[in-house]
Amino acid sequence: MSALAAESVVQSVDWTAVAPPTLTAVAALVVLVADLFLPERRKAVMGWITLAALAAGLLLLLPLLDGDRATFCLTADPGVCSYVADRFTVAVQLIVLGGALLAALLSVTALKDEARRLPAGEYWFLLLSSAAGAALLPASRDLATLIVALEVASLPAFALVGLRHGDRRSSEAALKFFLSSVTATAVSLLGVSFVYAVTGSMHLTVVAEEIQQVDGQFAALARAGVVLTLVGFAFKTAAVPFHFWVPDTYTGAPLPVAAYLSVTGKAVGFTGLILVTLLAFPSYAPVWGPVLALLAALTMTAGNVGAMRQRPDREHSAVRLLAWSSVGQAGYLLVPVAAAAYTDEPARAIGSTLAYALMYAAVNLGAFTVVALVGRARPTGRVDDHRGLYAARPVTALLMAFFLLCLAGLPPGIVGLFAKVTVFATAVEAGMGWLAVVMAVNVVIALVYYLRWTALLFRPAEAGAGAALAAGAVPAAQPVSVAASAGAGAAGSGRALSGAVPGAASGTDATAIPDAVSGPGGTPAPNAAASAGTSPAGIAPEPAALPGAAPLTVALAVTGLLALALSAAPQLILRFTGVALF
Amino acid sequence: MIDINESVMQALLAFVVLIPLIGAAAALLPAPPGLKGKSPEQAVLRHGVTVTGVVLLAALALAAGFDHSRPQTMQATTDISWIPALDVRIHLGVDGISLPLLVLTALLTFLCALHSYFVRPPGGSPKGFVALLLVLETGTLASFAVLDLLLFFLAFETVLIPMYFLIARWGGAGRSAAAWKFVLFTLLGSVVMLLGLLLIGIKAGTFDMVTLASDNGRSLTVTTQVVAVLAIGLGLAVKTPMWPLHSWLPDAHTAAPTVGSVLLAGVLLKMGTYGFVRILLPAAPEGFEVFAPYLAAFAVVGIVYGSLACLALARKGAKGDLKRLIAYSSVGHMGFVLLGIATMTPTGVNGALFANVAHGLITGLLFFLVGALKDRTGTTDLDTLSAQGVRATGAALYGRAPRLGGLLAFAAVASLGLPGLAGFWGEMLALFGAFDPAAGLSRPAYLVFMAVGAFGTLLTAAYLLVVVRRVCMGEPPRETDDVPLLADVRGHEFAAWTPLVVLTVLAGLWPKVLLGLTDPAVQQLLAGGPR
Repeated sequence: MSALAAESVVQSVDWTAVAPPTLTAVAALVVLVADLFLPERRKAVMGWITLAALAAGLLLLLPLLDGDRATFCLTADPGVCSYVADRFTVAVQLIVLGGALLAALLSVTALKDEARRLPAGEYWFLLLSSAAGAALLPASRDLATLIVALEVASLPAFALVGLRHGDRRSSEAALKFFLSSVTATAVSLLGVSFVYAVTGSMHLTVVAEEIQQVDGQFAALARAGVVLTLVGFAFKTAAVPFHFWVPDTYTGAPLPVAAYLSVTGKAVGFTGLILVTLLAFPSYAPVWGPVLALLAALTMTAGNVGAMRQRPDREHSAVRLLAWSSVGQAGYLLVPVAAAAYTDEPARAIGSTLAYALMYAAVNLGAFTVVALVGRARPTGRVDDHRGLYAARPVTALLMAFFLLCLAGLPPGIVGLFAKVTVFATAVEAGMGWLAVVMAVNVVIALVYYLRWTALLFRPAEAGAGAALAAGAVPAAQPVSVAASAGAGAAGSGRALSGAVPGAASGTDATAIPDAVSGPGGTPAPNAAASAGTSPAGIAPEPAALPGAAPLTVALAVTGLLALALSAAPQLILRFTGVALF
Repeated sequence: MIDINESVMQALLAFVVLIPLIGAAAALLPAPPGLKGKSPEQAVLRHGVTVTGVVLLAALALAAGFDHSRPQTMQATTDISWIPALDVRIHLGVDGISLPLLVLTALLTFLCALHSYFVRPPGGSPKGFVALLLVLETGTLASFAVLDLLLFFLAFETVLIPMYFLIARWGGAGRSAAAWKFVLFTLLGSVVMLLGLLLIGIKAGTFDMVTLASDNGRSLTVTTQVVAVLAIGLGLAVKTPMWPLHSWLPDAHTAAPTVGSVLLAGVLLKMGTYGFVRILLPAAPEGFEVFAPYLAAFAVVGIVYGSLACLALARKGAKGDLKRLIAYSSVGHMGFVLLGIATMTPTGVNGALFANVAHGLITGLLFFLVGALKDRTGTTDLDTLSAQGVRATGAALYGRAPRLGGLLAFAAVASLGLPGLAGFWGEMLALFGAFDPAAGLSRPAYLVFMAVGAFGTLLTAAYLLVVVRRVCMGEPPRETDDVPLLADVRGHEFAAWTPLVVLTVLAGLWPKVLLGLTDPAVQQLLAGGPR
């Protein structure tokens, strides 16, 4: 493009094609400016602007469904373009913008709950900017745009993670995320510069041709460039060994941000990886194919084992478990990309990744929504807090069970099952039996923690309270539980527990001080434990009683309906395996 | 027999598979006015009986409309494209092989629903219980009715979660560990099976079982067949279960509630052996031939191992649990089924299918009887049971509850394979098949297997007679003795068990009812698939 500028030829711009990311970026600026003029009590308007912009961005994808638009092309060679809106682009933009929209729905409630600690204006601006970058990324077809889009998607995310005022964990998470991400970006920039040095072009298609005709003396440089470029994108997908930031970052970040990162962050990573591997370096398939296969195997194993080892009674274990499981799911997403190196029809394999990512986006955001709903009533954020959810909110619990089983890939989560089947099919088709077997074992490991959580939803709450008491409670949860049980004591009676404020109810699960629970009767401690065990305490009152849950309910309904519809007709997402993507 | 329009037959089959699923969803909703019954619990249990009853009626109608003059043909077929991307088709159909299993499933599930209506399952709410039971029924019926490999896998997996919850929520001691063991073993097996199914599907270019069967493995290389048979066979062998992959079964049976045990033994295990016959035998015959002797060897080891385990459990002072004993006896019985399949002859496969159904009837009855015994005496421990009698000479059921004792003895005798009852034909035909295995299989090896298997029948007789001796016999209590009286067979129990008893006798005296259905289909399958 720099060479073109000298000829001062003006490129024509297809505004329809670039509309979705552009609209998102413009909305980000609008929100930033609006924040300056809106009075404190009207700040909520920005949330609605964001939702409207993201929804409009999704609608603007409709004219692009044919997938035959390209713009910012070289005037000398109209076949080489920087921005292409093909089917692949549209599918990833659907994931990114849809994910951002659902995360924004979660954010509306989160911002209301944490009004003091989360600055609304900055929050919405950062979210929209990041979404704009993420939406630009799948469309970019030159290395410069790719890196710029990647950074536009990532930089606001660092800030989002650390945005919460006066929270050390949040700052620490942001710092970890930032440092590891920036290192990875620097590495991949170095790689891009090597590639540019040996090929003399930034455009992926040109690079793909040129890199095959590199002089012998530059071959090592080219190979180093390829590997270094890949490293940066592997980090974004949180592939092993670049996965350590994920659990800390997710638990430190505000919950909607974690949800956003789990879907959009993943999409960004694997999109970049697909573009670089398949479009820029197809001739290096024998190099990146085995590397990606190994990465996939390691990533899914590390993620699933990490998730399985999470103790359900630890604070923030729910998000932590979802974080580890997202690492495991990233491993499955990498399998078809690796398989693409070995097949004659790489687009078919990539279609499996897309189908899986779409399934994962809907289902994972659904699970995050339920965690957010439960977390409003019980701020400890433990997996154990979900115990007895069915008794309190049957529909939410059934949906959560459905989401978890979709993630596990077992009926009744039919869409999850068939998404896994396509991924398996690509591995088998590519002749990578060992990877398929590793994945099979991983599916079994993953079932352990997903099913454990599912079973918890239906377990009677009172038994849980008793068990937790008998186990001597959890050290990590003590500060909260002490405060909560003290509050319950102040409420006056043991029976009040059942109807007490949600925070207190969660305290009864974990409290280490049975006296506070025993009530006015002054019952001896063991009996108190027993009575708490058998009393109807321990289950939170309907969180719906808290105001402002409507956006969460909407998000739950959307993800739930989506997952159900996809289960009835998996073809809706699996069709990507059968169409020409690029 | 009865002439039913083909489109009605199609609708019937789809109805049979789908109704339980809809019923499961409906069970979770509050009862509509007018159907509330005495209490919500009673209403939902009655709902379970109604739905399974309707399914049973539909299955019987299907059997009546089935053209018995050509059981080798797929009938009542539906073929709709569902997921074109994966080439998954909703392809349903029944032939002489699947029809008996379909009816058996519908019957056993109905009897289970009836049983739980009268004996409330202890533990969680009946709502969840009925919903899970119905999902389980959909999964099992679907796996016998589908003709697409991936749909078969889907159906195969569908039963996992309901069964897990049935054991983990409504089970007895050690239920949590047992439920985990069940679900993890089976899932590991079935995921490996999926790899084999995908391999066959991708290499042959179709997932359709009928096409694959009529192709008879001609479009697959021997290497592909061997790998596929190994992968699929492992998954099915875990489910069957084949020794040494059986270790989940005794725990699951011991911990499961009565209904769970009945369905697990009566229906779920059959999905494994059905898969062997329906998928592996016709679609990958050359691959199967490589593994057949090993399968037969494992099968006869299973027969002897199961019998020896039962003998050890039945000993005095072994603290043997009756449910565990029946579970081990299932390992032995399924060994005969596998031996029959491994002969690759029509005789052996017919025997296997017969033994399949017979085992479903007899073991279902046994688990019902043991459940009833547990309701009355509070234990299934053999030592405790026999210590309840006078001077610990035996539980003396003949004296304390003569009808119950008689039925238990009947079931035990049927299980050991007495001629004239259902258990006999399957095992005899399986052994008979092993006497003259298919060409290409080593005859001396099979003769050894046959001899070992025949020895297993003796061991089976031994432990079952010991059980009868310790539970049914014993010094009858007099009025002066301090032995609690037991209620004899109640009305609803009589209703639930009579069909099983009648069918056991019928299949024993008139084996042609079943063999007439399976034989033409098996001949066709071994020769190149149904048309």
